[in-house]
Amino acid sequence: MWLSMEAVYIFLGIVVTLGSVWTFADRSNPKRLTSGLFYLLYGVTLLFGSVIPPFYTGVLVLIMVAIVGFGGLKLGKYEEASPEERQQHRQRLNNRLFIPALLIPILTVIGVTWLKNVKIGGAFLLDPKNVTLVSLGVATFMALLISMAMTRSTPFAAVKESRRLLETIGWAALLPQMLATLGTIFTTAGVGAAVSELIGTIIPTHSLFWIVVAYCVGMALFTMIMGNAFAAFPVMTAGIAVPLLIQQFGVDANHVAALGMFSGYCGTLMTPMAANFNIVPAALLDLRDQNHVIRVQVPTALILLAFNIAAMYVVTLMDL
Amino acid sequence: MVLIGVAIVIIGFIIRINPLLVVTLSGLATGLFAHQSLYEIIEQFGKAFTTNRYMAVFIATLPVIGLLERFGLREQAEHVVSNIKAATTGRILTAYLVIREAAAAAGLTSLGGHAQMVRPLVAPMAEGAAEAKYGTLPDRVRDDIRAHAAAVDNIGLFFGEDVFIAIGAILLMKGFFDQNGIPSDPLHMALWAIPTAVAALIVHSFRLHRLDRSLHKLLYRENGKGRA
Repeated sequence: MWLSMEAVYIFLGIVVTLGSVWTFADRSNPKRLTSGLFYLLYGVTLLFGSVIPPFYTGVLVLIMVAIVGFGGLKLGKYEEASPEERQQHRQRLNNRLFIPALLIPILTVIGVTWLKNVKIGGAFLLDPKNVTLVSLGVATFMALLISMAMTRSTPFAAVKESRRLLETIGWAALLPQMLATLGTIFTTAGVGAAVSELIGTIIPTHSLFWIVVAYCVGMALFTMIMGNAFAAFPVMTAGIAVPLLIQQFGVDANHVAALGMFSGYCGTLMTPMAANFNIVPAALLDLRDQNHVIRVQVPTALILLAFNIAAMYVVTLMDL
Repeated sequence: MVLIGVAIVIIGFIIRINPLLVVTLSGLATGLFAHQSLYEIIEQFGKAFTTNRYMAVFIATLPVIGLLERFGLREQAEHVVSNIKAATTGRILTAYLVIREAAAAAGLTSLGGHAQMVRPLVAPMAEGAAEAKYGTLPDRVRDDIRAHAAAVDNIGLFFGEDVFIAIGAILLMKGFFDQNGIPSDPLHMALWAIPTAVAALIVHSFRLHRLDRSLHKLLYRENGKGRA
């Protein structure tokens, strides 16, 4: 294939590694060396992740965590444009400013829908396994070229601006990847089985209603712990839904699955473990409370969880 | 004993230790209690970190968004909205919720996102609408509006995507049932996702409507500006 995920990672790696140069040089940051090292190592894992042996990547990751743990990661200073400057630029560029921003989603969708099966010289243009992500990478790259031309900026200016945004996100950028790691370790250690055994001993297995409640609430709770409804689904479904709802009561698997997965999503809305949905945006939006997005989502999540329980109970009754 | 890791995560989040640290400690402890060697655990960290690099893909959007911000993208988004008389924070967010959920239900899950849409466009527009009506916003109100903007992106995506049959979640469920020898049909799963998808739209739109009213109550009193 012409453009693989690896190409996108190299793009990300260049952006992060180059940005770290400015962090190292940022004399206003009292922790510029450790902060710079953090972003340099992060860039290295993005650039060379598939070449470095996993053990050494693991060591790099632990060094990054240690830097965060000992308070070595601090925000630097950025030469931000003054409000007057932004005002001036804005009057010149006006609504054209929206073009590159909107091109990102539009080009991504075009890539996903139309370029999916395009082959050039017998090889796929975009990596068929990761069409969406590769399209997103290509779309942002094209949007970057257009915005550089439009604003008459150099690539270095773009890197400096991305460094400003990335440092606002800081350690939260690593969190989704670390949580995924934790998920793998939990799975190999058999945490799922232990949880579903625990739940199995608590619920009354003769009551259809309480099994439905246990399954939906269990999906939400286990998703909150694992941060991912996809990880919770096989555990909870094998532990509760298959033996009790599907085999004992004869409920249609399709009904159980759709509503069960949505119950898991209600959990996703309520947990810091779903970092890329809840913690990263809080950092990205400069919110002072990292759990602010979660607080806003909890009422909707609880109402929808109750709805899922009610809906599942009604359809299971219909199936009987 | 393997549940020690779960306990560490829960306690860590309750007493608010840095999440990155909590997760790492939980992983180390769980691995050690499951009788893995330290070498194996570190290797797992490295391996999973590399395979999950795709989660860092939002970084690709930062150079563009950062550059456009330098040239006034957020101010322009606020400015455009402040000229629309009917625009309110809640209405803008509801419109984005509808678009996000409908697009996700059509399989276009990449039409949106926190780095691409929420920070540069949706949040500034939602803030701009409130600002045009009531004047300067107190920091906590500003934070609240931004958090709502992020929430709308999540809720629209989550409850829309399962209506589309070819999405990961549906395929995962189909695969799980196949392995367990239970008959299932992706089309039916997607069909049964519709009631919750509709409920999500109704419930959250109603909450956004309430957000408008609470903003009005709060800011009208504080800033003495704006009409019902």
